[in-house]
Amino acid sequence: MTSPSDRESGTPRIKTGFAEMLKGGVIMDVTTADQARIAEQAGAVAVMALERVPADIRRDGGVARMADVAKIREIQAAVNIPVMAKARIGHFAEAQVLEALEVDFIDESEVLTPADEMHHIDKWGFKVPFVCGCRDLGEALRRIGEGAALIRTKGEAGSGNIVEAVRHLRAVQGAIKRLTVLGEEELMREAKDLGAPYELVRLVARKGRLPVPNFAAGGVATPADASLLRQLGAEAVFVGSGIFKSAEPERMARAIVEATTHFDDFALIAELSANLGSAMRGLDVATMAEAEKLQTRGW
Amino acid sequence: MREDGDRKTPKARSGLRIGVLTLQGDYAAHARALARLGVEAVGVRRPADLEGLHGLILPGGESSALLRLMQRWSFLEALRSFSAGGGALFGTCAGLILLAREVRGIEQPCLGLLDVAVERNSYGRQRESFAVPLAVPVLGAAPFDAVFIRAPRVVALGPGAAALASYGESPVLVRNGRVLGASFHPELTEDARLLAYFLDRIVSRGAPA
Repeated sequence: MTSPSDRESGTPRIKTGFAEMLKGGVIMDVTTADQARIAEQAGAVAVMALERVPADIRRDGGVARMADVAKIREIQAAVNIPVMAKARIGHFAEAQVLEALEVDFIDESEVLTPADEMHHIDKWGFKVPFVCGCRDLGEALRRIGEGAALIRTKGEAGSGNIVEAVRHLRAVQGAIKRLTVLGEEELMREAKDLGAPYELVRLVARKGRLPVPNFAAGGVATPADASLLRQLGAEAVFVGSGIFKSAEPERMARAIVEATTHFDDFALIAELSANLGSAMRGLDVATMAEAEKLQTRGW
Repeated sequence: MREDGDRKTPKARSGLRIGVLTLQGDYAAHARALARLGVEAVGVRRPADLEGLHGLILPGGESSALLRLMQRWSFLEALRSFSAGGGALFGTCAGLILLAREVRGIEQPCLGLLDVAVERNSYGRQRESFAVPLAVPVLGAAPFDAVFIRAPRVVALGPGAAALASYGESPVLVRNGRVLGASFHPELTEDARLLAYFLDRIVSRGAPA
């Protein structure tokens, strides 16, 4: 007979095990219960409960915080799929509140205004898993070192422009490939250059992949964008403003879900992309002022 | 009595063609688990991919997302024919939900190949996900390291299904002839005994020559 003391919960394998379940799927930003139901119907594997999608946060300015508790509860009650929510970088009290709400995943996110410019949350102290953004391998491994169970690219949230997600995904994949061909004696130097924990650098060098799933986010606006990120090695896709800022959210959601799974069936993606209505209006990241970029938040 | 399916030589498995439904979920973890037993997984994304397979694994994931992706390609009908034609099926977590006869508390289609009724997320949200050493008599005396993630609960067992393991009051491993379902995730652990049981005691027995 099993005694309750044999029961294990909140351990790394239970957190990353849950992240494994999301692979091949699409996680959609939603701001209302109705949007959450549309996302679930369209085949989302999870929703991210927010007060405003990144494009609106960008437009409105001001301080962006954790979503209203009533809103999160309303979204949790509306769907059966997992509900994620964002906490500000370093704001462990927001994360503690989200854990108390039994949110399924916490995104320590650069989309919100950072609460700590020096430190990210110590994620080992939580039973709920965390996802964190990164721009390169060093940043990914720092977050994993702090206990993140899932990594995503930052991209440039709310821009509707895929260029930054591609840059970040290529940076991570390229650096992983590089590690696999380095000699054992070169790894400490590499860890120093990456600013990453040595043991994690060794692990990645040996396995040729991150020790947690690797998803993409930031700027996904079309089915072809989702296919691009999957072909570049992302195991699942987050879509923020791209769905509910498009002309026909329901169709866009379904099309992006199909394109994420069948990312290498180009005839299907062509068919999915026909008559979708207009995608969200995008921003040119190249002409964006540094201070307007969300991806530079965190380190 | 030989209790441990894992003792069988890999040679007996080398001719098996095993698919993993690769639409959404932890299909990669299942492919890695099969590889550890010397079996190369066939990724199944279209009903045509089922051709020539002896067995198919339905992974964990989100059952509503899986259904959405399956319905577009008439996968429910294809899997019922696959089963009727002698193909063996093993569903873990969301896979168990898909195989069930009935999903309670929510309007959701299912395959009806495993004579059980299930309830989604019945053990709680992710914070409540857990692992326990589980007694599984068909795998021998050593407990099985069972990982439950937002797991479905088997709330009723029909006459066609047998419980091979239970946790608390609820069956968590059930078999219905050539169909096996688990509330937990054997693919997330190093213990290969349950997958070996599926391959050696279900797929290999009565698999089309």
